[in-house]
Amino acid sequence: MRCTTTIIIGAGQAGLAMSRHLAALSVEHVILERGQVANSWRKERWDSLRLLTPNWQSRLPGFAYTGSDPDGYRTMPETIDFLSDYATSFNAPVECETEVLSVSPHVDGYIVKTSEGDWRCRSVVLASGACNIANVPHAAEAMPKGVTSVTPMQYRNPAMLEEGGVLVVGGSATGVQLASEIQRAGRQVTLATGEHIRTPRSYRGKDIKWWMDVTGALDLGIDDVDDVTRVRHVPSMQLIGSPAHETISLNSLQAEGVTVAGRLMGFANAAAQFSGSLANVCALADLKMNRLLQAIDEWIAIKHMEVDVEASYRLMPTRVPETPLLNLDLADANIKTVIWATGYRPDYSWLDVPVLDGRGRLQHQGGVVDAPGLYAMGLPFMRRRKSTLIDGVGDDAHDLSAHLMNFLDGAAAKAA
Amino acid sequence: MSELQTAVQNGVNVEALLGARKDLEAMPQAAEFTWKAACEWINGTHSKTEISGFFGLGEDQAREKTFAVETDHPAVFASEDHAPTPVEIVLSGLAGCLTAGIAAVAQNRGIQLNSVKATLEGDMSILGILGADPAIRNGFNAIRVKYNIDAEASDEDIKALVAQSQKRSAVFDIITNPTNVFVTVE
Repeated sequence: MRCTTTIIIGAGQAGLAMSRHLAALSVEHVILERGQVANSWRKERWDSLRLLTPNWQSRLPGFAYTGSDPDGYRTMPETIDFLSDYATSFNAPVECETEVLSVSPHVDGYIVKTSEGDWRCRSVVLASGACNIANVPHAAEAMPKGVTSVTPMQYRNPAMLEEGGVLVVGGSATGVQLASEIQRAGRQVTLATGEHIRTPRSYRGKDIKWWMDVTGALDLGIDDVDDVTRVRHVPSMQLIGSPAHETISLNSLQAEGVTVAGRLMGFANAAAQFSGSLANVCALADLKMNRLLQAIDEWIAIKHMEVDVEASYRLMPTRVPETPLLNLDLADANIKTVIWATGYRPDYSWLDVPVLDGRGRLQHQGGVVDAPGLYAMGLPFMRRRKSTLIDGVGDDAHDLSAHLMNFLDGAAAKAA
Repeated sequence: MSELQTAVQNGVNVEALLGARKDLEAMPQAAEFTWKAACEWINGTHSKTEISGFFGLGEDQAREKTFAVETDHPAVFASEDHAPTPVEIVLSGLAGCLTAGIAAVAQNRGIQLNSVKATLEGDMSILGILGADPAIRNGFNAIRVKYNIDAEASDEDIKALVAQSQKRSAVFDIITNPTNVFVTVE
């Protein structure tokens, strides 16, 4: 059995950032990676996806973008190259093609069983990602026969879908991007959406992510919010990273021909049933977006930046159909595919440590898991709003590597 | 902010509600409520429904009073119009729920309400209930709720109150989303 001090599970941005910090603290460690560096970006994303953050906004510990297109958005191959270059830059100790089979407590640490043999270690960092499993609601079980269920992790491009119409369920970044792409490919798309986060790609001449960065919105910490459970479950912003820097919204989708309906509530007699609350979820999204824009306006005023940026403006309210769809017979509408863009969750099926709650969610305080020497990385709003961003994992890795170091020192002192 | 909140008086005990939410998150079983009503036919389309106890917080909850809601139909339905129609009671349920929500959210956000008024309209083709056209549903085609609110807040903040109230409203959810209904004969 091999032995090390700390095992990091997953060589994505979160695991690599943690590795960089542990190396700086001279903590002996390895990263176990089921595939190659940036595996999820390689294998679990659709073809056209680009990052939602601009190239410049990928500041990792000791590494940053140096190319000629700071405002562009990375394709998947570019993202894979970027993270691979990061791993190479500090010789990250990655053990590739090593699948973790189980993590279980052991005297003063953990045993990590893998497809390539077992490890013993003092501490473990779970950096295996927040998006391992696509959520599919129970409603899917009652879906009419002859309609194919597809998750965003299976979806690659419109050509792979059976001829016919498509129902996309979910109005976050994934849902709106897939709806737009599939509609543009000549399929009739219906998008069912509950609460969603409408966000313009740019505002007053600057990328929205730039504004969120400079105003400190992305640095918002878990102690700054009144309800951490709520913020951890906020859907992703309706954004697309495209060369044209376009804004994607329910308005742009409807202009392309997509039918927008309320939240999918279930299926009855071969028909999909949608909530009658579409008008309100659109009103909520418009109000929330305007509060974000208002906060940016106020920041500009405080910083006396008016002369440097475009004048303040507001976007058109979301256009809600006069009579939103409540029922849709999938056969009548020739819908052959339902895509469940209903969120993702992490997979901890291999974690034999009693740190999950009744719903299988990891119990942690800012990434410090309720078991000695066990840490998490890269989860939604784990320590900060930016905890899941390539640009955000560095600060979390900084904080948690220090905590981990203290843990190791404390354990050593106790042993002495 | 806390000074502002104590100054605001909408008659909603937000502290108690927030405290209850915290307690119930720790004891989700206690959050399971069952609301009850007992109806008796009087004559014609006239019925009386009595409402008193309910189940919640793990036990039967008694009330000191029993409330009564009567329903009937107007003369154009060849009825005696002793009371509102059931669908008007549904509208009043929606209005009561949304308005209570507005008061609670306003209190929580430190917004003083001066007056809150709502008018409601529910459109219905009665060909549905008469069984004259199978393509027409029995219930409302659409419901419109118009609020007129005077409060110490901006228009945007008032709109946000109304939006948040819908988001947290039981009756809004009951009306906008499907519910399984099991009717049996004992």
